[in-house]
Amino acid sequence: MANIISDETIEYVGILAKLELSAEEKEAAKSDMGRMLDYIDKLNELDTSGVEPMSHVFPVHNVFREDVVTNGDDRENMLANAPEERDGQYQVPKTVE
Amino acid sequence: MSKQYETVIGLEVHVELATRTKIFCGCSTAFGGAPNTHTCPVCTGMPGSLPVLNKRVVELALAVGLATNCQINQYCKFDRKNYFYPDNPQNYQISQLYLPICHDGGVEIETPEGGKKTVGIHEIHMEEDAGKLIHDDWEDCSLVDFNRSGVPLIEIVSEPDMRSAEEVIAYLDKLRLIIQYLGASDCKLQEGSMRADVNLSVREVGTKEFGTRTEMKNLNSFKAIARAIEGEKARQIDLIEAGKPVIQETRRWDDTKEYSYAMRSKEDAQDYRYFPDPDLVPVIISDEMIEDIKSHQPEFRDEKMARYIEEFSLPAYDADILTGTKKLADIFEATTAICHNPKKVSNWLMVETMRLLKDREMDADKIRFSPEHLAALIQMTEEGTINSSVAKEVFEHVFDEDVDPQAYVEEHGLKMDNDSDALTSTIEEIVAANPQSVADYKAGKKKAVGFLVGQTMKATQGKANPAMINKILTEILDKM
Amino acid sequence: MDILKCTAVELGRKIKDKELTAVEATQAVLDRIDSVENTVHAYVTVDREGALKKAAEIQKKIDDGELTGPLAGVPVAIKDNMCTEGMLTTCSSKILYNFVPTFTAEAVKNLEAAGAVIIGKTNMDEFAMGSTTETSAYGVTRNPWNPEHVPGGSSGGSCAAVAAGECFYALGSDTGGSIRQPSSFCGVTGIKPTYGTVSRYGLIAYGSSLDQIGPVAKDVTDCATILEIIASHDLKDSTSVERETNFTDALVDDVKGMRIGIPRDYLGEGLDPEVKEAILAAAKVLEAKGAVVEEFDLSLVEYAIPAYYVIASAEASSNLSRFDGVKYGYRSEEYEGLHNMYKKSRSEGFGPEVKRRIMLGSFVLSSGYYDAYYLKALRTKALIKKAFDDAFAKYDVILGPASPYTAPKLGESLSDPIQMYLGDIYTISVNLAGLPGMTVPCGMDSKGLPIGLQLIGDCFKENNIIRAGYAFEQSREMMMPDMKGVE
Repeated sequence: MANIISDETIEYVGILAKLELSAEEKEAAKSDMGRMLDYIDKLNELDTSGVEPMSHVFPVHNVFREDVVTNGDDRENMLANAPEERDGQYQVPKTVE
Repeated sequence: MSKQYETVIGLEVHVELATRTKIFCGCSTAFGGAPNTHTCPVCTGMPGSLPVLNKRVVELALAVGLATNCQINQYCKFDRKNYFYPDNPQNYQISQLYLPICHDGGVEIETPEGGKKTVGIHEIHMEEDAGKLIHDDWEDCSLVDFNRSGVPLIEIVSEPDMRSAEEVIAYLDKLRLIIQYLGASDCKLQEGSMRADVNLSVREVGTKEFGTRTEMKNLNSFKAIARAIEGEKARQIDLIEAGKPVIQETRRWDDTKEYSYAMRSKEDAQDYRYFPDPDLVPVIISDEMIEDIKSHQPEFRDEKMARYIEEFSLPAYDADILTGTKKLADIFEATTAICHNPKKVSNWLMVETMRLLKDREMDADKIRFSPEHLAALIQMTEEGTINSSVAKEVFEHVFDEDVDPQAYVEEHGLKMDNDSDALTSTIEEIVAANPQSVADYKAGKKKAVGFLVGQTMKATQGKANPAMINKILTEILDKM
Repeated sequence: MDILKCTAVELGRKIKDKELTAVEATQAVLDRIDSVENTVHAYVTVDREGALKKAAEIQKKIDDGELTGPLAGVPVAIKDNMCTEGMLTTCSSKILYNFVPTFTAEAVKNLEAAGAVIIGKTNMDEFAMGSTTETSAYGVTRNPWNPEHVPGGSSGGSCAAVAAGECFYALGSDTGGSIRQPSSFCGVTGIKPTYGTVSRYGLIAYGSSLDQIGPVAKDVTDCATILEIIASHDLKDSTSVERETNFTDALVDDVKGMRIGIPRDYLGEGLDPEVKEAILAAAKVLEAKGAVVEEFDLSLVEYAIPAYYVIASAEASSNLSRFDGVKYGYRSEEYEGLHNMYKKSRSEGFGPEVKRRIMLGSFVLSSGYYDAYYLKALRTKALIKKAFDDAFAKYDVILGPASPYTAPKLGESLSDPIQMYLGDIYTISVNLAGLPGMTVPCGMDSKGLPIGLQLIGDCFKENNIIRAGYAFEQSREMMMPDMKGVE
């Protein structure tokens, strides 16, 4: 495997992705990602110099909304999905010490 | 302190744009709704929801960019800034990194030394605001309200061109006035519609390269900004003097403790994985659109001041105060247009209005009275319908309740009394009742007249025309 | 005759002609579900009462002449990654185990307006990440042609439901082949439209720049009819395009002079000989009907998969970050503080394949790698689009297999992710280039499993592939599994 993924990398990506992997999952993730990256490195065979990165397939642009209020209050329905709700708000663990 | 240090300051200013709806959905941006009553699937990050850009946001961002002499990226895009936080419903913020709408501008400020300098603007980009977190100490939890989530912001990133708190304040004030005059935002630091993060580093005077900078957040008043700059400057100098390194980090300013705290945590890696948002398409800004916005730019403060001095021959001091907030300038112009008496209008705004604003602890843009009513009041004083002390009394009611001065004067019977016969007889009685004063007058004590005038005023409940009293009184006395 | 053998359009006509009612049709589907669902498990949610109630309402509207469309009263199944107001929508993931949307996906709304009766939500690979429907948190779906085999994925539930007669048609979504490959495995017809043709509003995103909703049904006529109904220019989706959406006009048995190209790259190593034989036989049928068929070199085919996995994983890592236990869905029982709540909820809520792609996506976007991986992939995408543009300068339709092989046995694929990804080699580049693609059944292999023919058109040229598909279809009997031993 050309791409060796270190424990630090997996740890770091876990922080970015907010995923906590078990020891086995970490090992699996290391080899999976290494193999995937080896496979992805195949792209380096391609000369893409001077090629513009294409994010949208069609040249669609300037899709706008007018500045007009269209939404009412749907709080109750939306909050019905919240794991924890209080006083019309979404409850989460304390974000400050 | 042996060495001489200079502070190098750059600002990241966030401004809430004055749109009716949010940047990517049709929810109202109005303040004061109950928590989460101005939300929808888009601004709460519901699965399956998609953003659609509010055209007004582009127009306002463009207007600010042009007013601050920026270059425009006529092809601009939105990118996702990925980080987890509960006030950020999608756990990515839609912003602009690679192709911001405006770049390479600047504004001129007066330096404390009285000179002028330009503070460069690196870029202006459009983005969405986050929701609000309320911390509940009893329940040891936080509560999220998404009413502000998705409110349109522009972030104005300056070059590190400022060297002191004074320059920072001058720059912020300049931005505030430009943006207020554009009507793009009300720019209130206290209410958070204008927020400034301070990037600050210190270096020995003379050195070319910058020192390590820190970013300070949570600065919600000009005073706080000034204190934070002084505090952080001192902190960094102490570190350098002690041979310790300044760490590049984000710090939170606590204005009550007057100290900043590092906001570091191993859980936020500060690696935002920006990439173009595939749910939004590029914005292409035509030359026509730019020209159109340019042609609709209002008269800005400096031009206004010059014009007031020139056109209304006001003293520079007055012109400066009147243009200090757009609201005051608007009232001045509207009132003058009605009564064609710029001097008097300026006086009422500069003296009585300022006094009442101070007394009522109000900002000028909270003024409620209509130019029509102020003009009417001025007219009445000019025509001698009411005297100045009555006028002041009436104005208080105009200021507080925007009453129609004419009606008010009528129903409270405050009209100045110009009936000379009635006045003459009143004065004759008063003269008769005060032989001593008459004697004093005859004896050459001219100021005895003052007492008699006062008595007459009292007798007429201040409605009499002072000039008239003097005339009649002296006639009577001289006849005696 | 068995009404379950009717196509959606045939059923719609029978209902209009009062040969039977929407309620009877719905009941027939529900009975079929009762008899085969234990084996097939095509559904995550079946809404019996809701469906029967809706069927009655619609029947009344039909009787009153308010609903006259071709699919009025016809029961449909919706893939479980499309939001349905008031109806559980899980993406076959534990993290959305209890999510009830407050709005309905635009494509589904369009169906409802046309008088569709929604039977329920179909099983899928978790968040559409997979090619077998084995990554669902709610159990695997089995192939109606042989329960030992997978139905393909990620729209495996939708395709299996159509094949097994558990609905008359279904909606699926296709990010890298998720409609075309399971359609091939289940012997049904499915279209992945040109990107932007069907609104993505209400489709829970996997790879936003690649996702498209499309129809799954028994034949081309059904697919064209359904697509005509669900296609719309939606102002709520910035990537939705305004375009011609008359697809049923292309339902003509005439391919005279149609230029059809077969990429040699699609017939090479890794392609099952039986599949190859069936595909070439299908080409011969079209040639016999007057099409001009030739082989050509498409090029870049082997670069589509790596480019796809960079782009799709990157977008997915961001799209799926909203599932955090704050606003909806699963929150871990035990945690200490905010970030631990995030990590526990997500780690317990997502399955292995989803985590694998989120990790990869987060990595390729992380500082220092963005240019090398993400931008490189977007440049490759541009080259692939160019290759197709060149091909469509010469051909009206590109013909090939939908998958290198027929449906594998359960449990055979997941062991080796890259092998599974390679199975998407013929479908993935179509998503990268935003092109329309269709799978039409074209035969059986010796194991008695269906083989699918893939027809690819240029952007906005659905009508070319619909015409070719329709013409080919006239030459074959409709295939339906006799689910003996299951019923």
